[in-house]
Amino acid sequence: MTDLSHIRNFAIIAHIDHGKSTLADRLIEYCGGLSNREMTEQVLDSMDIERERGITIKAQTVRLKYNAKDGVTYTLNLMDTPGHVDFSYEVSRSLAACEGSLLVVDTTQGVEAQTLANAYLAIEADHEIVPVLNKIDLQASEPQRVREQIEEVIGLDASEAVEISAKTGMGVEDVLEALIEKLPPPKGSQEDPLKALLVDSWYDQYLGVMILVRVVDGTLKKGQKVRLMSSGATHQIDQVGIFTPKATQVDELGPGAIGYITASIKTAAETPVGDTITDAARPAAEPLGGFQPSVPVVFSSLFPVDAADFEDLRDSLAKLRLNDASFVYEAETSAALGFGFRCGFLGLLHLEIIQERLEREFDLDLITTAPSVVYRLHKTDGSITELHNPADMPNPTQITTIEEPWIRATILVPDEHLGGILSLCEDRRGEQVELTYAGARAMAVYRLPLNEVVFDFYDRLKSTSRGYASFDYQMDGYAESDLVKVSILVNEEPVDALSFVAHRRVAEGRGRMICQRLKDLIPRQLFRIAIQAAIGGKVIARETVSAMRKDVTAKCYGGDITRKRKLLEKQKKGKKRMRQFGQVEIPQSAFLAALRMGDD
Amino acid sequence: MFGIYLHWPFCESKCPYCDFNSHVAAEIDVAAWRKAYFSEIGRFASLNPGREVTSIFFGGGTPSLMPPSLIADLIDEIGNHWSLDKDVEITAEANPGSSEAALFEDFKLAGVNRLSIGMQSLNDDALKFLGRRHSAAEGRAAIEAARRVMPRYSLDLIYARPGQSAKDWELELTDALGLAGDHISAYQLTIEPGTDFHRQRIPAADEDIGADLFDVTQRMLEDAGLPAYEISNHARPGAECRHNLVYWQGYDYVGLGPGAHGRLTNDGITRRIQEIRDPARWMNAVETKGTGTQKSERLDAGERRDELLLMGLRLTDGVENDRFKSVSGETLEDALDPDAVKLLSDGGFLTFDGQRLAATPEGLRRLNAVLSRLLT
Ligand SMILES: Nc1nc2c(ncn2[C@@H]2O[C@H](COP(=O)(O)OP(=O)(O)O)[C@@H](O)[C@H]2O)c(=O)[nH]1
Ligand SMILES: C[S@@+](CC[C@H](N)C(=O)[O-])C[C@H]1O[C@@H](n2cnc3c(N)ncnc32)[C@H](O)[C@@H]1O
Ligand code: SF4
Ligand SMILES: [Mg+2]
Repeated sequence: MTDLSHIRNFAIIAHIDHGKSTLADRLIEYCGGLSNREMTEQVLDSMDIERERGITIKAQTVRLKYNAKDGVTYTLNLMDTPGHVDFSYEVSRSLAACEGSLLVVDTTQGVEAQTLANAYLAIEADHEIVPVLNKIDLQASEPQRVREQIEEVIGLDASEAVEISAKTGMGVEDVLEALIEKLPPPKGSQEDPLKALLVDSWYDQYLGVMILVRVVDGTLKKGQKVRLMSSGATHQIDQVGIFTPKATQVDELGPGAIGYITASIKTAAETPVGDTITDAARPAAEPLGGFQPSVPVVFSSLFPVDAADFEDLRDSLAKLRLNDASFVYEAETSAALGFGFRCGFLGLLHLEIIQERLEREFDLDLITTAPSVVYRLHKTDGSITELHNPADMPNPTQITTIEEPWIRATILVPDEHLGGILSLCEDRRGEQVELTYAGARAMAVYRLPLNEVVFDFYDRLKSTSRGYASFDYQMDGYAESDLVKVSILVNEEPVDALSFVAHRRVAEGRGRMICQRLKDLIPRQLFRIAIQAAIGGKVIARETVSAMRKDVTAKCYGGDITRKRKLLEKQKKGKKRMRQFGQVEIPQSAFLAALRMGDD
Repeated sequence: MFGIYLHWPFCESKCPYCDFNSHVAAEIDVAAWRKAYFSEIGRFASLNPGREVTSIFFGGGTPSLMPPSLIADLIDEIGNHWSLDKDVEITAEANPGSSEAALFEDFKLAGVNRLSIGMQSLNDDALKFLGRRHSAAEGRAAIEAARRVMPRYSLDLIYARPGQSAKDWELELTDALGLAGDHISAYQLTIEPGTDFHRQRIPAADEDIGADLFDVTQRMLEDAGLPAYEISNHARPGAECRHNLVYWQGYDYVGLGPGAHGRLTNDGITRRIQEIRDPARWMNAVETKGTGTQKSERLDAGERRDELLLMGLRLTDGVENDRFKSVSGETLEDALDPDAVKLLSDGGFLTFDGQRLAATPEGLRRLNAVLSRLLT
């Protein structure tokens, strides 16, 4: 059993692309965790999508051995964390397993929104924080300016910040020494009843569900019977191990250790993150302070383009969920798009990632409806319900008020782009909370309705600031608002998949935009088609696809019959993809195209 | 009714809009072709004996380039294997060049009693655009020549060309009516895949212009006593092309020559027969294997029903319930979705009185959409 004073548990936190994963690589390399042959770039990003997009989605962990200058061999447990706001929940879990953090800042960029957000999370977790000034190999590096920023904006002492290049390896040893020196060792007692924090869990093809744990008190051993304190469920441990970063079995995990266990568990959903694991025979009296479970805040429906793929979609969602318990889904039927699923995500990036994984790993062609948030409806009968899908909005006469979720957004942006960003926030019903300047950068804190953010806010933010603004948010409660459901009707029949909820002020404009879009997408038919946007019974926008005037083959003689009949047969097959709206049949593809088009 | 279609696959040059099985050949061995056609006539006759031929159609390609003696021999050979109706209609497609016009008399002597003249336009610029070898003046002269020797002749016209306005077309059609006999085929230019026009991305007329020009055609030809009897075909009543009615009314026909199609019914089973498309390979197959047929497939009841409707509804007279029943075995009421019939009738696109199902003028102009709604 390692002496507690020879253990350091730390997380690496940073704004996206500031070099977390690269630094993790260097640390692993330095400590000889992997042979040269095994070193691939960013070894901890294991999913294809992570590698390709250069983002870390799941927190990753690795145990390192470091021979320090003081002659002692330390055990270091490193956690690489996701940098994106959608996954800040994962960040706080990782932080809870550690005593300190390396706060990596790109010295060519400076403090960005997630630098700030993650630093605050670390402060909240009582972490000792070592600022690391990265990319000093680059010409544009301004370590001194960034030191000042860290002190001004975050309020951390940066006088002993370590200057490094994670790329070349320069300064990596200084980082390790600073870790040993500054970070406190874990506390814990080997004799006390087992208490281990369930940090994360995921599905492994060979081992079943793997549970990432941080042991606080007691020990975890193979064969031991453990209990999850939230559910009371007991399991016998099959394997105990650590990541080097390869999964490697060990005899036991003692206080202060970070590692994994397996116990023939089938789904990640059975192992709630933040739970406390204790010994079934000698349980702890009190669980550790866990976390609030993550809640989906953005909802969207997924439909297979080919209706025949519905079962495949169901299976694929189930498989993904084995790994990622943070998204939820349930079956849904749409008059316009057929059978699909309503899904909840942690944010827009999460939605995109799930969609991309479904399309790529499971080879599915999908339609995604416009993302929507969770509204709280106060009904005339006194009840309060949550609305996850605009299509399910009850009749307005049954509703007294509607509340929508708000966020507190922090935006860091170079001065010259501030004007554009402020008007974007105002335009999206934002309320300014704070506006401060640090060097040539401004930090704007706004309260914004989430509903306005899921509607192309990121894209606008990027284009308005030419990519220089960074953005982070936290959920910030619900507030009553003048919200309406806009229904899109084709020949008087609602197209559920296109309906949406919006503030009354913007409802008409968006309704009109969708009507115009559909008008261009729906091919002319034998009968004219009315396209309307309506709030309650009131039509707010209207377009008409006029009836087709001519559609006939000029020549059809003996030799043309077969071709003509085959064409008709093809049309007959195509009809399966048609939806009936009054007298006309409209190809599903028109609705898909309407959903696929951006806001332009 | 029983028709014979004979395909002559050669032309002097390839027109940029044409996707017919037509080829430009340096030399044509007429004797070999005669022999091959004879062989095929004999083969089809032995498979389908005892029919009375009501029409023969020499199509192409450019059949007016066939030696009149060959035409005469082929008509004779057909008559040797089947009986010819006393009023048998024998049409040849003719290009209105001066050399062809000189032969009209000989065609008549060979037995041809109807000419379908590929005039296409009366405007020299348009003829050039369409890649035609004849001028408007040559065309007019050819029509005069036809008028002198052949009591029945038809003009083929291609309209809705790029840039053509309703006014332009009215003038051109007025001009054409001055030359017309008892039949006009007026086709809107179709851009067919595989043609030069398609490669050049020549656009077809847009829907609204197409509709306007279509209406002009209907009105003017009707006023001139040549009402439409099919989407693109107009005739003085009684002067309809009997051969083409065979296709539209679902009667049997033999297809002779490269790429020709046939529909032949024996013992209540209709087969779709398709000849090898490439002229040299067709010829070779006939010589070495004794058959030019590429494939012969049985039409099932659904296919037969669909063909009767998709062809029959092109006719202004539509489909007769009795004829439909005698061919398909079921009545129109049983074969069709009553909801679709009602929807299309209420919309003013179809009429059905129990006897006859027909598209209205509004329905004819949108027949593809009507059919796609009806045939499910
Ligand atoms: N020049 C230079 N590039 C670096 C350095 N550290 C990281 N990078 C590059 O910065 C990009 C983002 O690094 P990554 O480690 O994926 O950032 P993460 O998103 O924080 O994990 C990658 O292209 C790295 O190669 C450095 O010290 N110097
Ligand atoms: C078998 S073709 C005529 C053969 C003859 N060689 C000729 O060119 O006159 C019958 C008629 O179809 C019409 N036609 C052919 N291709 C067409 C197209 N792409 N669009 C419209 N009409 C077409 C022409 O009017 C042509 O005369
Ligand atoms: S349109 Fe007539 S002449 Fe021109 S290539 Fe086609 S078949 Fe030959
Ligand atoms: Mg990374």
